[in-house]
Amino acid sequence: MNEWLLIALMALVTYLPRWLPLALAGRVRLPPPLERALDFVPVAVLTAIIAQSALIRNGALDLSANNYHAIAALAAFVVALLTRHLFITVVAGLACFAALRVFL
Amino acid sequence: MHRPAQQLWLGALETLPLVVAAFPFGIVFGAMANTMGLGAGVTLGMSSIVFAGSSQFIALTLLASAAAMPVIVMTVFIVNLRQLLYAANLMHHVGYWPQWQRAILGFFLTDETFAVVSDRLNRHPDEPGLRWFYLGSALFMYSFWQISTALGYTLGSRIPGLADWGLDVAMVVAFVGIVVPALRRKADWACAAVALVSAVLTHDWPHQTGLLFSSLLAVAVGMALSREAADE
Repeated sequence: MNEWLLIALMALVTYLPRWLPLALAGRVRLPPPLERALDFVPVAVLTAIIAQSALIRNGALDLSANNYHAIAALAAFVVALLTRHLFITVVAGLACFAALRVFL
Repeated sequence: MHRPAQQLWLGALETLPLVVAAFPFGIVFGAMANTMGLGAGVTLGMSSIVFAGSSQFIALTLLASAAAMPVIVMTVFIVNLRQLLYAANLMHHVGYWPQWQRAILGFFLTDETFAVVSDRLNRHPDEPGLRWFYLGSALFMYSFWQISTALGYTLGSRIPGLADWGLDVAMVVAFVGIVVPALRRKADWACAAVALVSAVLTHDWPHQTGLLFSSLLAVAVGMALSREAADE
């Protein structure tokens, strides 16, 4: 298989979805319902990524106390609710994770 | 606070936890490519020209199983469809950018950069200098993805278990810090809850199709609920 051809094609199918909507912005007016739907994209996609990264460990759902990723995520969730501050949330989540790693 | 240099710096700064989280993945990608006998040029070429972590991993896995090129390209396309959602979400804000800037910035639209850009739009919707903020985030992610790939390729096998350090937790907590302030209406909470449960249930679907499915489902639920709220 020609590796460079593969890279070129991968680059194409990666770039097009990232760029096309940006290129069309201002030229096409999306129907209002679609615009309202797109408002939910950040919450929907990022939460799905969080769920699969924090709750699925080694290929299976892990809700045990040994899943430090999930505990750190929960701590971050609480801190984020209280502070609504990104930096404080990240520091608190990482500190929680590090503490679990070091002390348990 | 909208001088270009400041925005550039701010964009990079807010992306820092996500860069830390992505770094081990770049190392693992480089090491894996080396083990599979991929040339250094091809490996770095993939990171620098394609620049899409999950697509690159899937391509490696498929290459290892001797999949045909159309299968790999099609799969990569499907994996990248969520970035179509990102770009569509940003349409609202880039209408006045010159086309050449959209063409450049579109290339760098990763999960990480979208996350920090959407957080900024959520907190300061009208603050000028978005382009520079975006570029700062993009260049930081891009350069460290190249560095980590190269590091992984040259000495990946000599950094034992870097992937087991759990640095990806930085991405998890940063995304939590971005999502939570965006949860304002009941529909937002419902959308997040559906995304969470659905992503867990579909985690073993091939090639991250579960991620795409869950996102679309959650968007649909949020949409339905916000319409209901608007009707009342």
